[in-house]
Amino acid sequence: MRQITIPISDEVIRSLKVGDPVLLNGVMVTGRDAVHKWLVETFIYKTRPPQGDDLEVYEAIKPLLNGGGIYHCGPVVAGLDTKDYRFVAAGPTTSSREEPYQGDVMRHFNLKGVIGKGGMGAKTLQACQEVPGVYFHAIGGAASWIAQSVQRVLGVYKLDFGVPEAMWVIEVKDFPAVVTMDAHGQSQHAVIEERSRQVLEQLIGLGR
Amino acid sequence: MTPDLTPQFLELIRLAATDLPPDVEAALRQAVEQEEPGSAARGALETILKNVELSRANQTPICQDTGTPIFYVYHPEGWSTRKLRQQIEEAVVQATQKSYLRPNSVDSLSGKNSGNNLGGNYFPTIHFEEVEGDALTVDLMLKGGGCENVGAQYSLPYNTLKAGRDLEGVRRVVLDAVHQAQGQGCAPGILGVAIGGDRGSGYYASKEVLFRRLDDENENPELAHLEKRLTEEANQLGIGPMGFGGKTTVLGTKITALNRLPASYFVTVSYMCWAYRRRRMVWQDGNVSFE
Repeated sequence: MRQITIPISDEVIRSLKVGDPVLLNGVMVTGRDAVHKWLVETFIYKTRPPQGDDLEVYEAIKPLLNGGGIYHCGPVVAGLDTKDYRFVAAGPTTSSREEPYQGDVMRHFNLKGVIGKGGMGAKTLQACQEVPGVYFHAIGGAASWIAQSVQRVLGVYKLDFGVPEAMWVIEVKDFPAVVTMDAHGQSQHAVIEERSRQVLEQLIGLGR
Repeated sequence: MTPDLTPQFLELIRLAATDLPPDVEAALRQAVEQEEPGSAARGALETILKNVELSRANQTPICQDTGTPIFYVYHPEGWSTRKLRQQIEEAVVQATQKSYLRPNSVDSLSGKNSGNNLGGNYFPTIHFEEVEGDALTVDLMLKGGGCENVGAQYSLPYNTLKAGRDLEGVRRVVLDAVHQAQGQGCAPGILGVAIGGDRGSGYYASKEVLFRRLDDENENPELAHLEKRLTEEANQLGIGPMGFGGKTTVLGTKITALNRLPASYFVTVSYMCWAYRRRRMVWQDGNVSFE
């Protein structure tokens, strides 16, 4: 299986194709619903002024996201009282909720890898072609298994969003995923959606 | 009168979160064999099974989204539901501290996570019902957000799918719900379907029916037939594990029917992810058993 190191170069990104199984290595940042909304409103659309530690966190995550990967994940974390954090369970969450934001976040931060489950839509696929970037599909629900690939928790930002919604900076080794959207405009999700729609129409006798 | 069963409730939560029921694991093992060697679908199922084994061995959550804890408490006459609620809530707090549960209870207005999985009267969700006899039975389901989000409710007739008010109409909308879900509810899923009721009772019953074992058969022959047919046809859609494509899109279908108003004909689908976390605890004469 192909090893991919984060940060990822454009050349490597363009060499990845839908269906490729990969093992990810390096530093990634978790971010899901609250993070995407916050990033877009505060730093991209600027519809909300920065507050509290917003600017500080922005400066800290910029180099992590540049060429990097964001993981749609709300982990179970042990060691909250001692701050000796350890990921106990850390599978992907459904990515489609970030569809309104993801493309803009990718462009703004030069984000190369989006890691999650369930795939994303046309806006993100477009950004994958422009940036370029890819969507890595992790196995939903395989939380204990994936947590084993998290070697260390390097830090956390925005813990006030709650444990599942915070930005956890993690170092991963051999994190398993499959490319399901690539930088060449291909999406496994669009293909399966269309194919299954045709079967559905046959099964319920529509379109006759 | 009402004994303190907090430690037993904690064990029930631990089991539900970390140890997948045998009938579900058996269905997943059967599904692996049906997928092509080397396919992404087979790879996904193999990873899922390795994760099931690891979670059981390490007592760690199968899925990080430990969901809404939904308790169904069937208690003998004279038990205090107030005390049982306190005990269950205390067990939920302890389970969160032990990392069996993720802090999942978020204030919808402030966005603040309570940190201990408590919050208002609906988190955790506890249904109480008095039953005959002297045994206390508690069913627990942990239902994650990904699969909850792809649940659907249809009001029939539903013209887009030419779905009328009969079992053929039910079949059409349920297949549509599976198609809409694609892989996003963590396929292969299990379908809980309620025909009838109102919008509230329909969702309630569509979850309750998911407590049936995967390998049991509906007592109503018509519904038993429809359950089999829906499972077969949903699998023909080719969505497959995680939406990667493949033969296994759903592991089973469970249907129940409720009385309805003459004006209403709802079909409610609760989609349960493959991480079908449900466990039962029975207490009688001081002895506790789990299944």
